[in-house]
Amino acid sequence: MRQTNVLVIGGGPAGLSAATAAAQCGARVILVDSSSRLGGQLIKQTHKFFGSREQRAGTRGIEIARLLQEEAEAARVEILPETAALGLYSDGVVTLEKNERLIKLKPERLVVATGASEKTLAFANNDLPGIYGAGAVQTLMNVHGVRPGQRAVMVGAGNIGLIVSYQLCQAGVEVAAVVEAAPSIGGYAVHASKIRRLGIPILTSYSIKAAHGGETLEGVTVWQLNEKWQGIPGTEQVLAADILCLAVGLTPLTELLWQAGCQMEYIPELGGHVPWYDENQQTSVPGIYVAGDAAAVEEASSAMVTGKLAGLASAHSLGLCPDFPVLGEKVRQELTQLRAGPTGEKIRKGLGKLRARSRPGAM
Amino acid sequence: MRIKDHPILDFPQGKKVTFYFEDQVLEGYEGEPIAAALHDAGIRVLRESQVLHRPRGFFCAIGNCSSCLMVVDGVPNVRVCVEKLRAGMTVRRQKGKGDLFASN
Ligand SMILES: Cc1cc2nc3c(=O)[nH]c(=O)nc-3n(C[C@H](O)[C@H](O)[C@H](O)COP(=O)(O)OP(=O)(O)OC[C@H]3O[C@@H](n4cnc5c(N)ncnc54)[C@H](O)[C@@H]3O)c2cc1C
Repeated sequence: MRQTNVLVIGGGPAGLSAATAAAQCGARVILVDSSSRLGGQLIKQTHKFFGSREQRAGTRGIEIARLLQEEAEAARVEILPETAALGLYSDGVVTLEKNERLIKLKPERLVVATGASEKTLAFANNDLPGIYGAGAVQTLMNVHGVRPGQRAVMVGAGNIGLIVSYQLCQAGVEVAAVVEAAPSIGGYAVHASKIRRLGIPILTSYSIKAAHGGETLEGVTVWQLNEKWQGIPGTEQVLAADILCLAVGLTPLTELLWQAGCQMEYIPELGGHVPWYDENQQTSVPGIYVAGDAAAVEEASSAMVTGKLAGLASAHSLGLCPDFPVLGEKVRQELTQLRAGPTGEKIRKGLGKLRARSRPGAM
Repeated sequence: MRIKDHPILDFPQGKKVTFYFEDQVLEGYEGEPIAAALHDAGIRVLRESQVLHRPRGFFCAIGNCSSCLMVVDGVPNVRVCVEKLRAGMTVRRQKGKGDLFASN
């Protein structure tokens, strides 16, 4: 069985940053990702990022992915693409699948950075072909260069909904409307104005009532919501569309952490079920760390920083990274800064709740 | 439908190959996901659900959700949103649960 100091599962911004940080401290690091291209969500993000210079704001997501991968390679991280982590066992063995072969690995420390998956919504005919997660449409267009259809309706006016609507237009797809259940737009004003300038209506306090079509999607009925978020009869509008994108949030991909027996908590502000973790991203199972969207659905910027923290902390726990008391504190401050301000409010609240849950073993 | 003019991206394409979908001969680029080639050809119904026999397409495009399972070269339950296209593959719509022991 293969051994290593640190195994990182997931090669998005969180995993790549964790792997680089641990390797720079001198740890032997293996990083696996089920995809053939590293970068996670970043490989489909053609827009320039927000945030501070330190997290590479102003750079396109696709570029950030390349830079992070180069850093990991320079730090001598052993990268295994097209390798999926299948299971974590109580004796510390991790099973991996590559080219239809099973690999067993026993790492001393583990960082889980598997990201998140898109949520769906309940409405009539929500399984018709042509209804996709917004990220899926982004993958199809921006990674594979295939236009998903002719005319789209977007559900959700958070950043993802707004950005993907814009990218649909860039790919030559007409966007009929962006529908948002909340009374106001959740995403940044810059993204919303870009959509408005293109003449796309953003219907707030609206939701989707039903999808229509035979074999595939042909149209959707939207309707207005009252202050209790219930549909108002008589306000229905039918929009012709062969694409319906759902951008209604993400939920952490945590199956491996459940299997490992980590204490899990339900915290809606963090995206659903998340593992309990301490200020250095260590879960209730000693030696298992979590970072990025798997720990809390946030942003690429914070994913890089939580990844770095997990990487440094895991190396420190192996007797490496002697400067961790100072370095770790610096990274934690960076995180606090990122989460300051109104956009970080939800995360602050969620993390407050998570920390308030009893620490494992402290009953 | 391939995207030809994109303001930011260009799409370097691999070798063009032919493959079989049901009884049609289709073209796609080697190494792209099978689902991308099918989408390009306008094929969006990928399988039939097990109980209500409803048409299903893909949903997540990154191999997580299991909505796009098809029978590829006789092997059922292949996630075509991540499985790479190769020349000469036979791709069929899956009906219900795939049977690992059937000789498709
Ligand atoms: C449309 C859109 C726009 C965005 N815009 C911004 C923005 O402007 N600024 C910003 O800061 N953030 C933005 N984000 C958010 C940002 O992309 C994510 O928060 C970030 O990518 C999370 O990083 P991660 O490393 O935790 O997860 P991911 O990037 O999701 O990476 C997870 C990786 O883990 C791999 N994986 C999962 N399970 C396994 C397994 N079992 N075995 C092996 N590998 C596995 C996956 O293949 C994937 O590569 C945006 C997101 C979207 C969808």
